[in-house]
Formats: sequence, C-alpha cells, structure tokens
Amino acid sequence: MQPDGERGAEQHERLLGIEELRVRFPGAGRAAVDGVSLAVRRGECLGVVGESGAGKSLTFLAALGLLPKGAEVSGRVRLGPQEVLGLTERALDRIRGRRVGVIFQDPMSSLTPHLTIGAQLAEPIARHIGLGRRAARARAQGLLERVQLPEAARSMRQYPHELSGGMRQRAMIAIALACEPELLIADEPTTALDVTLQAQILALLAQFKREQRMGLILITHDFGAVAGLADRLVVMRAGQVIESGPVAAVLRHPGEPYTRELLRAAGEPPAEQPPRAACAVAAAPVLSVEGLEVRFRYAAGLLRRRSLPALEAVTVSLGAGESLGVVGESGCGKTTLTRAALRLIRAERGQVLWLGQNPARLSARRIRGLRRDLQLIFQDPLGSLDPHLSVEQLVSEPLEIHQSGLGPAQRRERVHAMLARVGLEPALYARRVHELSGGQCQRVGIARAMILAPRLLVCDEPLSALDVRAQRQIRLLLTELSAEQRVSLLFVSHDLALVRHLCERALVLYLGRMVELGPTDELFARPLHPYTRELIEAIALPDPDLQPARLAKVRLGEARRLEQPGGCAFRLRCAHATAVCAERIPPWVSAGEGRWVACHHFGDWADGMLSP
Amino acid sequence: MVLAAALIAVLALLALIGPATSPYSYSTLDWAHLSIPPGLTAEHWLGTDALGRDLYVRTVYGLRLSLIIGVLATAVSVLIGVAWGMLAGWVGGRLDAWMMRVVDVLYALPYLFIVLILAALFGRGNLVVLLLAIGAVGWLTLARVVRAQTLSLKRREFIEAARAAGLSGPQVLWRHVLPNLAGSIAVYATLMVPQMIVYESFLSFLGLGVEPPQASLGSLINAGARQMLTAPWLLLVPASVLIVLLLSFNILGDGLRDVLDATRR
Repeated sequence: MQPDGERGAEQHERLLGIEELRVRFPGAGRAAVDGVSLAVRRGECLGVVGESGAGKSLTFLAALGLLPKGAEVSGRVRLGPQEVLGLTERALDRIRGRRVGVIFQDPMSSLTPHLTIGAQLAEPIARHIGLGRRAARARAQGLLERVQLPEAARSMRQYPHELSGGMRQRAMIAIALACEPELLIADEPTTALDVTLQAQILALLAQFKREQRMGLILITHDFGAVAGLADRLVVMRAGQVIESGPVAAVLRHPGEPYTRELLRAAGEPPAEQPPRAACAVAAAPVLSVEGLEVRFRYAAGLLRRRSLPALEAVTVSLGAGESLGVVGESGCGKTTLTRAALRLIRAERGQVLWLGQNPARLSARRIRGLRRDLQLIFQDPLGSLDPHLSVEQLVSEPLEIHQSGLGPAQRRERVHAMLARVGLEPALYARRVHELSGGQCQRVGIARAMILAPRLLVCDEPLSALDVRAQRQIRLLLTELSAEQRVSLLFVSHDLALVRHLCERALVLYLGRMVELGPTDELFARPLHPYTRELIEAIALPDPDLQPARLAKVRLGEARRLEQPGGCAFRLRCAHATAVCAERIPPWVSAGEGRWVACHHFGDWADGMLSP
Repeated sequence: MVLAAALIAVLALLALIGPATSPYSYSTLDWAHLSIPPGLTAEHWLGTDALGRDLYVRTVYGLRLSLIIGVLATAVSVLIGVAWGMLAGWVGGRLDAWMMRVVDVLYALPYLFIVLILAALFGRGNLVVLLLAIGAVGWLTLARVVRAQTLSLKRREFIEAARAAGLSGPQVLWRHVLPNLAGSIAVYATLMVPQMIVYESFLSFLGLGVEPPQASLGSLINAGARQMLTAPWLLLVPASVLIVLLLSFNILGDGLRDVLDATRR
C-alpha cells in the first residue's frame, strides 16, 4: 500500500518516511510488522490506531533501532534525507533523544527511579546540545514550566515516585522535548491516565505541535484522541496498514470493515443498546450509604501518624434494579466508596445498609450470608482471580460457599451454563487465568459474580484494563446480564461516556466529597457543578470536526488537595470561585428533578450552561 | 532434575527393601570375615568392618534411618512452620509481632545447645528426641518465609475478591492462601530434607545421634573416619551414598523452584 498524499512539491517537507518495513522475530510464524509504509511531514500529526498486538509500537521501535537483538528488520526508514536502518548504535544515539523524542505509555517505568526529574532532564540536554551543567539545569526548569508542571523548581529536585501520574507524564514529555526534536513519537501517552488528565496531556501535545512545527506520531487505540489531534490517520491490523487517509475522511467514511468495527467499539452513543428496564418505584433500597467517612492513615514522621480523608459525608442509596454510576478522577474516592459500601474496609463514620439491614449489627456469619447478594467485579481481571484455580473452579466456588446443598453434578451444570452465558468456550474451562486474555479473564470475573444471581453488582472500573474491542464486548455483556437478572448496578468508572450509556443516575465525586448527583441524561446535558462540566468537556469525542476545538478549550490544571481544610475543595480549580467558596463547605442541596449539587453558585451560573 | 528425582527414588527403594536382599542384619557379626575390603568375597560384596558386620547392609540400613529422620523432621518442621507463619502473617498486628519475636529468640539459641540439653534429659540415641531436636531448628526459617508470603498474598486482589464473595477467614486461608503457598513450601521442603540429613549425620558424628549397633549414614561415616587409613572403604562407601543423596535433593529442589516460578511469574 502506498502512503497517501505524497506529492512532489511536498517532498522536502517529509520528515519520516517508512517504506516496506518488515520485522520478524526468530521462531515466530508470521512477521510482526509486515510491509508497513507511511510518512510524516513537518507540523503534522499522524495518528496510528489498532488493537494491541497490531504492531503499532513495534513499527516505530524498529524505525529507531530499539528492538532487541535478533529481530530481523528490513525495508527503508528515512529521517529527512538520511537512511536510518542499519546505522551504528553511535549514529543512532545522535538521532534518538536529539532529533526524535519518544513518550511512552507508562511514565513510571520509563523514568529512572533513583534520579531526580531535574537530573533526568538535564542529562540529554547536556549530552546532545553540549550545554554546561548549570545552563542545562536552567533550561530543564524552563521546560518543566512549559509543560505546566506546578512548582517546576521543586519538581526538579523530586524523584519520579513523588509525582502524581499526570505530573510524571508531563515530566516525560518535557524529557522528550528537551532537545527540540523534529519528530515526537507518543506511544499511548494517555492510556494510563484518567479523563481530565488525558484531555490536558493531549492539549499540551497539540500546543507543542503548533508552536514548534514538529512532526508528531500519536500511537493510540483512542479515537477521541486521534480526532482531536491528528491530521492523518493510519489503521493497523496484524502488522499491516489496512487503511490510511486524512482523519476526517477515515473517521467519517471508514473504508474497511475492520475500521468500522473499531470505531463502533470506540462507542458511539447508545442506539445499539437495549434500554434498561424502568426501575420499580420506591422499593426498599438494595444498598444505602449514610454519612460515610473513610480516612487513610499514614506515618508523617517517626512517631506521628496522620490521616487523610478519602471519603467524606457520602450519602447515597440505590434501589432495586437501579443503576448508579460513580465518576471522578483517580484518587477521588470512587474505589474507596465501593470497598466501604461492601465493608471490605473500615469506615470511620456513617452507616451502610444492605437490603435494609445494618451489617454492623449482624454476626460475622450473617454478613457472609448476605454477601451472596452483593457481588463485586474488579478493575484488574487477572489480579482478582486466584492463579492456582482453573476457570471452572473459580466460577464454582461461590456455589460451594453459598449453596452447599447442591450436588457436584448440579453445580457443574450451573457453572457450565454460566460460563456459556458469558461466552467462554468449553476448551477454556480447565485453564488457569494466566493462560487467558484480559477480556476472557473479565468474563470469568463476571461469571463468578453473577452465578449466585445477586441483587447488587458493584463494578469497579471493569473495562479500563481491557483493549477497545474487549471493552465493547464486556460492556454489552454487562448490560445484557444486568437487564436479564434485574440486578442493581453500582458502576464506578472514570469513563463518563460509559456511565452515560449504562446508568440511570450518576454521582460525581471530587476529592472524596459528593459534588453532584442526578439522572444521567440531565446531568450530562446540563451539569450544575463546574467540576462536572469540566469532566464532560474532557471526554474525547471521535469527531474530527468538534474535537480539536474542544481540546483547545481544555484548561490545564491538576487536582490538588487543600493545604488547609475548609471551604469548597474544588475552588482552587474553579473559574467561578468567590470568597464564600473559601469560607464555607458548600451544602448538599436539592436542585429539583432528583438532582443534587454541592456548589455555592450553581444557581448563579447554571442558567448560562445551556449553551455548549 | 529428572535424574535427581530418579536417583532419590532408587535410593529410597534401596533403603526400603535393601536390608531384606541380604542374609545379614545390620548387627550380625561374621567372625570369619573381619575388615574385608569390597570385592574380595561373594558374601560381603562391599566388605565388612572390624567386627565383621556387612558394610552393604549397614550402609543401606543407615540410609533408611537417615531418610526417615530427614523426611520426618522435615514434615514436622513444615507442619509447625506453615501453621505458625500463616497465622502470624494472616492475623498480623500484635499477634504477628509476638509470634515473630518467639522465632527470633529461638533463632538466637545455638541449636547444638538445645540438642545437648535434650540429650542430657532423655538419654542418647532416642529417635524421638533426635527428631524433636532437629525439627525445632528447621521450622524457624520456614515460618518466616511463609509469613512473608502470606503478608504479600493478603494484599492481593483475589483475596479481597474471596472475602467479598463471602468466604470466612479460615476458608480463605485454606482455599486461597495455602494453595498459593504450596509451590514455595514444596521447594523449601525439598531443600530442607538434605539439610535435616546433614544435621542428623552431624549429631551422629558427634556421638549424640543414634546408638550403636544401629547405624545412620552419619554414625557410619564417623566410625569409618577413625579407620580411614587402614580401611578406607568404611568411610568412602557411606560418604558417597550421602553425597549422592544430598546432591539429588538439592538439584530436585532447585529444579522445582525453576518450574514453579516459571508458571507463576
């Protein structure tokens, strides 16, 4: 396949040209990268999408000579006029870091843990540009300011583990940009981050692309990211480029069925989904939580211990057959809420009711019995399944515990029926979980949770560890199963679009406090709290017309805990904050139509919200 | 590793049926053949000692005793060590601190000292005392290993999942913690058997072990060492059996560790 849009007049503008690149690992049957051709021009962003294992990252690792020894690489890779393949390590060292910068997916593992950010940043500057130590450090600090790392001077002296995920990714970008490369390769730069951080990092990349006229390669499986940032798009599958072209054209009129499938998996709106059965009116709540407070203790010195609120004054209830989404950034207390609601961690204050009963007053035995009706699906499908048990044993276990009267044959029958229901083939039943894919593991987790026909299913980010196609399949499975069994859903996610599809009501948490609660459609159409609005604006839409403009509007700030408590926790990030926000904690007030919000000013500015 | 396992099987078989393949018992004195080197007479193919006792029978018999002591002492250690370590690691907090201090204190006592006291109290050559003495040392390290592993397992998500599914504490321990410890316990136990055999040999060598005319590999080596110059075979035969045995167990243990680590990552 020919790279498109490669015309003579623009030839000199071409930055990176890859032709017929092939990568084969010894012993592997087929080539991991199989004849890939593509090109990136100056000031252009090329989006590269595809499932995991499609050879996206490999293509560029091979182009930079970063593959392990033994891999057979053939083809042509040109950086400007220079042929890159076959260069010596020394020659490559002059290219990598100097002319080409790379941002990896996981900033924690690609930063060296024992060096400060400043040292890691100053090193390539000193090495490639030949500046002195002091000048290099000054420049490094300037870079950290440019990537809008708060308190750049202090960050210079910090180690990677002292920074938050978003700050680390900013530092990583600063390192990649240290020598003003002509080409920046961003390999899944936002996959490990939550919505608002994703939007901020993408906005940052967009800004650098504009200002420095560099080439940008964005490897991702997120069509939203591509829509906002990329000019052209390449779709890869099984080591080959199967479709390429301008972003708008590919997203709007995908030529290949596979591209269409990926786009569908990226989840455009709920038309395809069966509407959830309307919930029974005013039934006794399946789960209710009142004034819940959870604190985390940590050592603040040799003997002093402090605690930090992870969750404060959370009151919410969930009726039979109802679905409630809990959204917010990482660290906002979403997961803590699920664990405290299921009494897996201790709450300092407040009470929890299960099916109208207070487990605090029940015997340990009764509590275990009630757990049958309250099941949990975890974020990490592999880590939450015992590695030494087979798939069949894992799904059989809840039955053995809670329905010990069942004979082995009946149990087997139920287990097999459930496994078939979640779409696992009989060939997999004897396998251990490490032999399964992420999506298959999550199916096992779902089967385990659903086999007892629980009344409440708590899902803690059940999709975020999966790749796009698996996400879609698991999402559909969850929707079907919960409708079939009429189970109540407590669905925790930082993916707002997902919550919107799946849940009737949504609760927004910010730093452990409730900021807004309401029917999902209303809440998304007309957010009452500025934080909710920020979250919604951060959703990356796979729409090449809208997304660039939305990305340009993203404000670059970080969730920060207040040094002194008191007042509204969100005020440091809020554009509408006034004096009263610093003085009083905003009360939790009803805004009519089942909506609740905690903001001093929601009445003042909510009217202006109607315009997008 | 397969070879090591096969060797252990052969040696164990020999220990089991070996004494029965010979007309002599370990204490039969043959006054017609005193101190015969191996290979000279058809009746005593591995030779005899100064009292005319058949060396083949005595070695095989010693092997049997050494193996029994090694395996039993290991079993005792594993039982105590696993229970102790799992309880401490699972419950945690103050109980954990106390249980581990007990282990520390026992570590600090020289084990020879314990053995001497026990030997003084119950008399030499008492097999039960010997087992107790050796077992008392072995479980300490295992308890620490098991506790550490239990602590790290406890924080794994599938344990939380098991609790969320409504399993009680003992059920979680039995169904999810113990099976996941099994790999490392098996490896550790395999490596412990030769250690125990060495302890026993050492004690017997010092004269604190089995009582003559009974023989263990250690006491045979001890006796052989005294006549090393006049009758070297009395030392060489039991010593080589011991070396092969220990080596096999060590290789098996290392192999097991590699295999189990590979699947568990």
